[in-house]
Amino acid sequence: MDVFEVIGDRTRRNLIELLADGERSAGELVTHFDVSFSAISQQLRILSEAGVVASRRHGRQRVYRLEPDGLDPVAAWTAQYARRFWDRKLRNLGRLLERMKHGT
Amino acid sequence: MEREIVLEVTYPDPPEAVWCALTQPDLLREWLMENNFRPEKGARCEFRMPPGPGFSGLVQCEVIEVELHRRLVYTWDGGGAWGKTTVAWTLEPSGSGTRLRLEHRGFRGFRPFLLSLMMGSGWNKKLNTALPKILKRVEYSGVNS
Repeated sequence: MDVFEVIGDRTRRNLIELLADGERSAGELVTHFDVSFSAISQQLRILSEAGVVASRRHGRQRVYRLEPDGLDPVAAWTAQYARRFWDRKLRNLGRLLERMKHGT
Repeated sequence: MEREIVLEVTYPDPPEAVWCALTQPDLLREWLMENNFRPEKGARCEFRMPPGPGFSGLVQCEVIEVELHRRLVYTWDGGGAWGKTTVAWTLEPSGSGTRLRLEHRGFRGFRPFLLSLMMGSGWNKKLNTALPKILKRVEYSGVNS
């Protein structure tokens, strides 16, 4: 599953949002959802496999955190979108400068 | 990894004219968007554009650097689609014209904008179908050139 498919799921996006505030154990995470512990574990496994979250053992629990570069492809896509925006705007600027020169 | 956009355009007009277009609200409105921009260090301003999926249409700025006719830097915080990024303009005379360089920096993986972008209505479907294809294209063409 690539990162765009990973964030296409609402539960997984909510997990990412919760983890954006800091590390959480699976037990803490599950209290925010209306689904079973095993359903959340399954989603955390998908997030781990996609490299979006990482985990470590803490006593008897597993603690999850966001992996900083995990959503990089999404950032790349957004940058591409922004690039097209500025391309268009700079062409507008050229036309405006042309009009300013002719005093219209 | 941090992504950035760097664009360079040469206009036949002198830096003074380009500077006016970059800093005067009535001119910015014509080529960029509705705004209350003030080219003063520390000024907080807003740009407005039509809202889109996961994006309020409001961009908040804080002016960081002003060097008359040469350089202008401000933060660009679009919350939704853009997140908190930085826009830097550099003007250099080029013959009787101006070489204008735009650097838009700060596109990072976990900025809130990514999440709000994805949370917008209609994105589920796009994410599952269109985006993986777009991503492949992005990988081929590169975004840092």
